[in-house]
Amino acid sequence: MSPRRRRRIILAGEYTLFVVAVLAAALLADWGTLRDNFADGDVAAKLFPDIITVGLRNTVLYTLTGFAIGLVLGMVIALMRLSSAAPYRWVALAYIEVFRGIPALLVFIFMGPGFSIAFPDREIPGGVFGQAAVALGLVSAAYMAETIRAGIQAVPTGQAEAARSLGMSHGRAMRSIVIPQALRIVIPPLTNELVLLFKDSSLALFLGVVLSQRELTKFANDLANQQANSTPYLIAALCYLLITIPLGFLVRRLEARQNRGRR
Amino acid sequence: MTTTDTAPAVEVAALHKSFGDLEVLRGIDLSVRAGEVVCVIGPSGSGKSTLLRCMNLLETPTGGTVRIGGADITDPDADIDAIRRGIGMVFQQFNLFPHLSALDNVMIAQRKVLRRDRGEAQRVAKENLARVGLADKADSYPAKLSGGQQQRVAIARALAMDPGVMLFDEPTSALDPELVGDVLGVMRKLAGEGMTMVVVTHEMSFAREVADRVVFMDGGVIVEEGPAARVVGEPAHERTRMFLRRVLDPAAAEVGEAEPAGD
Repeated sequence: MSPRRRRRIILAGEYTLFVVAVLAAALLADWGTLRDNFADGDVAAKLFPDIITVGLRNTVLYTLTGFAIGLVLGMVIALMRLSSAAPYRWVALAYIEVFRGIPALLVFIFMGPGFSIAFPDREIPGGVFGQAAVALGLVSAAYMAETIRAGIQAVPTGQAEAARSLGMSHGRAMRSIVIPQALRIVIPPLTNELVLLFKDSSLALFLGVVLSQRELTKFANDLANQQANSTPYLIAALCYLLITIPLGFLVRRLEARQNRGRR
Repeated sequence: MTTTDTAPAVEVAALHKSFGDLEVLRGIDLSVRAGEVVCVIGPSGSGKSTLLRCMNLLETPTGGTVRIGGADITDPDADIDAIRRGIGMVFQQFNLFPHLSALDNVMIAQRKVLRRDRGEAQRVAKENLARVGLADKADSYPAKLSGGQQQRVAIARALAMDPGVMLFDEPTSALDPELVGDVLGVMRKLAGEGMTMVVVTHEMSFAREVADRVVFMDGGVIVEEGPAARVVGEPAHERTRMFLRRVLDPAAAEVGEAEPAGD
């Protein structure tokens, strides 16, 4: 058998297998039950507009606030990690290892019920909103610190040397020359981090019960239980994809642009 | 010129520099008068770039002193940022700031270090871009400029700080051969205007025509120095003769000829 003929037969086999699998799924699945459970029009109608105006809105709000906290904290930790004073490096490294090494859910639970057990007479401002934003910020700061550090180190040393040779102090050279270039380098990975945060905001499911502070996942979960139907999960999933797919597209565009820009 | 005729513009005494166990500079004494153009030549690894980088403390000397306009820059209490303002440095790899336009490259240190106001900095920047023949490229970003143009912007960036001394670290070594002439032309003009210049270079014709003095380094020491015509035309030492033979007529070199005899 010629190699060419062999390749054709293998390819034909792959296609056949695919078609058979699709047909089997179409014929064997119980489409009626699936539709009733996951795509019930009446249940779906009851979700709107609150799933958008409350659920999605809160998800976006928690994510963006958490991202802002994480970005500022991550920048500070990245600079500490690169400090010439050893204790700063140790603290930064410890922070990064701890928050990358424990489950995000644990941080969420600590920020919510855990916090009130530990400090009964204090509370994080903003209720679920504050707890979720702080938890997201603490966790994402660890990841962003490493991304930003890598970005700073990716700026060629000649840039800092040129800045210093013009009489700039170390701090001035960092602020005016190195960090602006590092931020450009880390925009795509930080956008990726935003996508991850967006999904992690669902961990707020384990915080509080205030109706107006429910984010997408809790909102969908509550309604699914209430209606004894899974349609809300599907709608919530679509809401997440509505944000994450365009963001993913944006990341690929940014990366492509960056690769083009380099000579 | 801020230096008086009595103090040399640059005075290097008993300079030593080691990187770990590797001794790169082994006792350099060199004095450059105000308005003088000194070319430093020598094989790669001879320490000539390290010598230049010690002159503005991009490398910290292991021993000895460097005085710029009479001020000891190796003194631990010296304000190195202030001293570097008076020393222009041009790098082999240009090191332009890629996130800034040509104009902003020339303006940023004037603004952030000399605290010149926007109008003044812009005027000086345009003046110096015109001086290197790039008045029409003010708005271009480095990625859009040829190597030769980038290097001339880098020269304008250094000149905008009104330095008393200009250091050039192999300024044409990273350029395509047809672009070398533009950069050497700018440097020749600067020399004609009376700028004090220390130039590490492999361009023998530039050294012969423009330099007041040529210094030949090998193995971390100055082997010989003197008027350009004598050092390049009638070198006294065998090591200088062998180096010049290889540089002036690379095709004629024998295999293994330049291998050090071992010392």
